[in-house]
Amino acid sequence: MAITLVIVLLVIGSLLLHYFSVWWFTPLASNWSSIDFTVDITVWITGVVFVLVNLFLAFAIFRFRSRPGHKAHYEPENKKLEGWLVALTSVGIAAMLAPGLYVWAQFVQPPEHATEVEAFGQQWHWRFRFPGADGQLGKVDTALISEQNPLGIVPSDPAGTDDVIILSKELVLELDQPVKMLLRSADVLHNFTVPQFRVKMDLVPGMVSTLWFTPTQTGQFDVLCEELCGSGHFAMRSKVVVKPGSEYQQWLAQQQTFGQSQTVAEADIRLGQAQYQLCAACHGAAGEGNEQMHAPALAGQSRWYLRRQLLHYQQGIRGSAEGDQFGAQMAAMANTVADPAMLNHLLAYIASLPPATTKTTDGDVQRGQKLYRSCASCHGAAAGGSYAMNAPKLAGVDAWYLQRQLGYFKQRVRGSHPDDFYGAQMSLIAQSLQSEQDIADVVAYISSLQP
Amino acid sequence: MTISASYGTAHQHDEPGSFWTRYVWSQDHKVIAIQYSLTAIFVGLVALVLSALMRLQLGFPGQFSFIDSTHYLQFVTMHGMIMVVYLLTALLLGGFGNYLIPLMVGARDMVFPFLNMLSYWTYLLSVIVLLSSFFVTGGPTGAGWTLYPPQAILPGTPGSGPGILLMLISLAIFIVAFTMGGLNYVCTVLQARTRGMTLMRMPLTVWGIFVATILGLLAFPALLVSAVMMFLDKTVGTSFFMPVIVSLGEQLDYSGGSPILFQHLFWFFGHPEVYIVALPAFGIVSDILATHARKNIFGYRMMVWAIVAIGGLSFVVWAHHMYVSGMNPYFGFFFATTTLIIAVPTALKVYNWVLTLWQGNIHLTVPMLFAIGFIFTFVHGGLTGLFLGNVVVDLPLSDTYFVVGHFHMVMGVSPVLVLFAAIYHWFPKVTGKMLHDGLGKLHFWGTFIGTYLVFLPMHYLGFLGVPRRYYAIAGTDFIPESAQHLNSSITVAALVVAVMQLLFIANLIISLRRGKTASANPWQATTLEWQTPQTPPAHGNFGAQLPTVYRWAYDYSVPGARDDFIPQNLPDSAVVLDDAQAYAKAGQ
Repeated sequence: MAITLVIVLLVIGSLLLHYFSVWWFTPLASNWSSIDFTVDITVWITGVVFVLVNLFLAFAIFRFRSRPGHKAHYEPENKKLEGWLVALTSVGIAAMLAPGLYVWAQFVQPPEHATEVEAFGQQWHWRFRFPGADGQLGKVDTALISEQNPLGIVPSDPAGTDDVIILSKELVLELDQPVKMLLRSADVLHNFTVPQFRVKMDLVPGMVSTLWFTPTQTGQFDVLCEELCGSGHFAMRSKVVVKPGSEYQQWLAQQQTFGQSQTVAEADIRLGQAQYQLCAACHGAAGEGNEQMHAPALAGQSRWYLRRQLLHYQQGIRGSAEGDQFGAQMAAMANTVADPAMLNHLLAYIASLPPATTKTTDGDVQRGQKLYRSCASCHGAAAGGSYAMNAPKLAGVDAWYLQRQLGYFKQRVRGSHPDDFYGAQMSLIAQSLQSEQDIADVVAYISSLQP
Repeated sequence: MTISASYGTAHQHDEPGSFWTRYVWSQDHKVIAIQYSLTAIFVGLVALVLSALMRLQLGFPGQFSFIDSTHYLQFVTMHGMIMVVYLLTALLLGGFGNYLIPLMVGARDMVFPFLNMLSYWTYLLSVIVLLSSFFVTGGPTGAGWTLYPPQAILPGTPGSGPGILLMLISLAIFIVAFTMGGLNYVCTVLQARTRGMTLMRMPLTVWGIFVATILGLLAFPALLVSAVMMFLDKTVGTSFFMPVIVSLGEQLDYSGGSPILFQHLFWFFGHPEVYIVALPAFGIVSDILATHARKNIFGYRMMVWAIVAIGGLSFVVWAHHMYVSGMNPYFGFFFATTTLIIAVPTALKVYNWVLTLWQGNIHLTVPMLFAIGFIFTFVHGGLTGLFLGNVVVDLPLSDTYFVVGHFHMVMGVSPVLVLFAAIYHWFPKVTGKMLHDGLGKLHFWGTFIGTYLVFLPMHYLGFLGVPRRYYAIAGTDFIPESAQHLNSSITVAALVVAVMQLLFIANLIISLRRGKTASANPWQATTLEWQTPQTPPAHGNFGAQLPTVYRWAYDYSVPGARDDFIPQNLPDSAVVLDDAQAYAKAGQ
């Protein structure tokens, strides 16, 4: 009879878990309370059936257990009973389906005055685009995607020039204003999900999919990719920040348009060289780095990465964390190139320096090669780095520096600043390096690669 | 009704002489069934180990250095594909289908014994190809068991080199094997039933396997073409599923293909696949419930029609796996409706199982316990399906742990409980030995309660919004610390379940060597496989004369009869009666 008891206990246990569970929907932050309502209907109907059927099952097992002299009743069928059960089930099904389809009809028709926002996914990053002053998103072509044009906007289409492009991975949306998200992917399937908004949809390369919602709560929410998109899938995150109208407009006005991003400032290498003298004290005259000064080599590193890091230092995104004393030093120095034009000159000069050579280090290169497999997806098999992947070049970077930074990422010294999206991702990835030895080995392998 | 001219006369092939033709290159359906079963159980154990590794990472993230994010995805993928195709499909159809169909319909063997043998060896080849992908550069594919392109064949996904190609080749070979076996099962059911075995007298086990096989023959070709097309996309650069793509910063040479086309093809196979697994389980559990409750299955005719209706409907619900895939959202109306309609015949089956127990004489044997456990988990899994099938309710739950909880409950745990019920039920006939009862009960309790503790909490992680296929969930604002504790306890329960399965394997081995000798019909069942002259049945199954069938498969506790079961091959004149009047009345 244990089975009767266990079934009853499992039913009671399930009900208790349901009522006392702390794991339940996040507080709703969009207009889709109707979705929560359909979930509630379904929970109730299925819950009642679950309890009734299983308790009946438990009772039947108890009541008709085999006993001496007991014989089963012979009853091939009972059409009337079966008819009733089918009819009742159909009613229950209809009670769930009808409201479900009614709400779905709202979901498939975005309101006409909804703001259009594009979410663009690529392994394993989010980018966003707003229509700009003309209220129209410019044409796009995946074949045009490049470092200079990461969203693949067609330059000849005038509607695209004023498109606001958000490369920082943080999306700001307006409170109480319906948003129609246009979803697009450069490479594989992705999925745009904000748990608090309840709705989600896949991004499919080669086409545009949509979903809509109205944010009804201010605050910051996680954006997750929920369609398997390769080894970095779990780290493909972003944030959506919902702000009241005025703050939203203010934010939007500060963002760069596509047109602005296409004007490349002229760089003067000689001015950059003069500025570099300050850097040379630590990083060396040829940008070769100096371990005693805790200064990594700069020569050979990609220009976009140096620019991002200098900006991060200036904005306090890097070098502000506790435990990063050398970063704090650098943050002070970075402010000496606050002028964007001078920054350009400086970076142009550094780019003209011949790449530094690597020194090999201790560590198991073969083991490191295995560990490097996960790194290679973004940083490249030859560790050359990739702008598209937001992954800096690693080949040619000093081993001691790599080792220290990996340690920082693992301990969340780097990557914990709320605006350091790329660092946050690296920090997630670095968690899979389990020990000092792992770090030493993977660094040894990277050091064995020629820049 | 079809009556073959060859009843009880010449048999297609002679009794094999040597060890090799008897046990290895055997054309006997019973030997082939055992070959299929052992192979399937072996790969199932591999997949079980993979699931334990996944759970270790999820329960205790970062504690096991050999599991990185690429390995994790490879474990997920191989676990899923092996369990669904190479274990469940192969064991239910290749194993139980092969063993039971000829015995239950009163045939000497399958109608094409040579093809049957070829089917097994082809299946074995597909398994070898599949397992070989663990040893190639880059390892096995980590694209998820759904193998969605483009990522399945692009470098950002683990095993996108030889790994995915071997997977596709293995699937193609498997489908060839399945087709050979499947044609055999269908033809045997249609052509080789013994005298008196009308379709509406067949045990539900045969009905379930028969309809599932038809589904497989119609559905697997969709997987075959998608595998071939993806293979070409990968190897010769065609663009069936590949649009213009910039992958990891590099322009690729594809254009014009549709990733969603693959998903339609995959799920056109994938949804019927659920029923390819479920229908045999439905059939088997029906027979086990009736036998051990000593009662006829309630509403036999409706049960048959429900199997047929579910089978038919299973072909028009596939896109409910794709509500958030980016396909035309208007499809949602149609597929939500068909999906919820399929719940009606399914619910009827559940009612009839429970009503079979009602007023029964329930013997709580090990097979019966597993069958009851199945009803419980299937009710749970079926009901959660109503969440995901209803398009708008699917929006917040799709791609979360709710889905993982649901499909494991409904097509992982439930069919596996039936498989265990079936093994405990038929082991005595297959081997002539009884399985050890105490070990069996321990195995049942550990598995039944353990799996519920694994999969019930997952639904709640899903409500919370925890995404599936995440190597690690750290770094979000909305997932509380307690979710990690829950994950750790799920892992502990999963490891207990895994150990229980080793107990089961031990029981198989111990009982085979020194188990109690089984009588010919230890459960006093009515169906033909228990009426064979020898146990285990000899080559040709039924001795000199094939049995003649006089009644349906569920004459349990017939009023007026002395025994509480009347075998299908017993004519009315041979039934020992206590009360002739009552017996005559029941027969009307």
